[in-house]
Amino acid sequence: MARALITIPPNPKRNSIIEIRVLIQHPMETGLRPDAEGKVQPRNIIRRFECRFIVGDKSDLIFSAELFPAISANPYIAFHLRATQNGTLNFQWTGDNGFAQTETAALVVV
Amino acid sequence: MNGYVKNVVATIALGTILLNVHAAEKRKSGYDIMSPSTQALQNDDSQNPAMLWVKDGEALWNRAAGEAKKSCATCHSGAVKSMRGVAARYPAFEPKSKRPINLQQRINLCQKNYQRAEPFSAESSELLSIESYVAMQSRGLPIAPPRDARLTASRERGQQFFQQRIGQLDLSCADCHDNHAGKKLGSATIPEAHPTAYPLYRLEWQSVGSLQRRLRNCMSGVRAEPYTFGAQEFIELELYMTLRAAGMRIETPGVRP
Amino acid sequence: MKMYEYRFRRRQLLVSSVGLIGYAIVRPVFSAPVTLDAALAEFSRGGKVTTGKVKFEIAELIDNGNAVPITVSVDSPMTEANHVVAIAVFNEKNPQREMIKTKLSPLAGRAQLSTRIRLATSQKLTAIAEMNDGSFFSHTVEVVVTLAACIEE
Repeated sequence: MARALITIPPNPKRNSIIEIRVLIQHPMETGLRPDAEGKVQPRNIIRRFECRFIVGDKSDLIFSAELFPAISANPYIAFHLRATQNGTLNFQWTGDNGFAQTETAALVVV
Repeated sequence: MNGYVKNVVATIALGTILLNVHAAEKRKSGYDIMSPSTQALQNDDSQNPAMLWVKDGEALWNRAAGEAKKSCATCHSGAVKSMRGVAARYPAFEPKSKRPINLQQRINLCQKNYQRAEPFSAESSELLSIESYVAMQSRGLPIAPPRDARLTASRERGQQFFQQRIGQLDLSCADCHDNHAGKKLGSATIPEAHPTAYPLYRLEWQSVGSLQRRLRNCMSGVRAEPYTFGAQEFIELELYMTLRAAGMRIETPGVRP
Repeated sequence: MKMYEYRFRRRQLLVSSVGLIGYAIVRPVFSAPVTLDAALAEFSRGGKVTTGKVKFEIAELIDNGNAVPITVSVDSPMTEANHVVAIAVFNEKNPQREMIKTKLSPLAGRAQLSTRIRLATSQKLTAIAEMNDGSFFSHTVEVVVTLAACIEE
């Protein structure tokens, strides 16, 4: 499993807007680069990222991104969320060669 | 020169360098000459891609391995306390083999002798991760080369190598990094070559790499045959480079273009 | 991780020796399938794109094209009635026009995206935002990309 780093401000104030930062280990091989022998290496990228906010049975899609080979290796994405209530943040990355990873983080507002 | 005299000379030489360091810090880390947007990546752990390797290293630190089924933490407990300052004094003299070793070799020796595990291979993700995690515990501390007379001869050889012209381009390390540091090579500013931030994430590598990867890169750049990873010549060069950078702050995990 | 192997080809030697001018030679030449304008028109489904509301933050001078931090923010209250539904970034001269396409919910609270992009060369970049009323706004920037002289091939 790839290493992922998720940064959320600890205990944000209710209804404040917080920045969520995610970083994941991935080569984001473009499919355009030749190796030392001049042979083009096949594309291997993360194609999609999404973040959901889950409270009980309710799951809201907050933010999603379609990634292309122009996104740097070890993709970093930052976006925002209005911290209205306690819940679980669910992060999902999917990509070439069956790449799939899910991470979760608790959101606790004060 | 007998051993005692050599020892005294070495101590004076080291003392002089350290004195100069404290007089006025004019040396520049690679960090000081890179663009603000690249600096920003190093400034903030939540944006620094090298932190992915650090996190891996933290997991490895606590993972039992080898026939002894010991983790690093079994002997050293928490790295935050026990590893503080360790990276600052490597390479150091290893009494059993009677030669200087760098931090990677120290890690691999621990694995072999105490964990009884297969050492990590050169430039492997695991080795870079654990080295990053250990070295990060010294972040902010000054590089503190040991005042150990047993290192003197190796240091001197390292200095000779630094000044020795090599390769088809007939350039020494000193030609670029002492005599032309701060000037431009293409669009890039030539750095002073202080190993303050290794292992580090190079945007060009799109990955974390070791000082020796950078040294090999430099050697092939001047069209010389690079030494293999772990070569004694590299350890000696590291010894000289850390002396040259003595007192500068450790930045690991660094980011460079 | 595979250990790096040093293999020299005549062309790489040449390229390294001449530095920046030669850098492009080792890169394969791609015929760009569409122009930046065409890519933007496709994104806006032919609708009018107005300059404004979008702010594209990026360094003007870039010393390494492998990871260039960008931030795109859009002036919007992000309410149910008035919010940004999508932000995308396109380029003029990379092998492919698309870089990232995002979708936002009003729950995001702020229409802002940060990421790191690859830039093959100096060029124009456009950030475009789609509002929930179907209107489109954009901001185009021009950047200069220089590359390190000591590159590891």
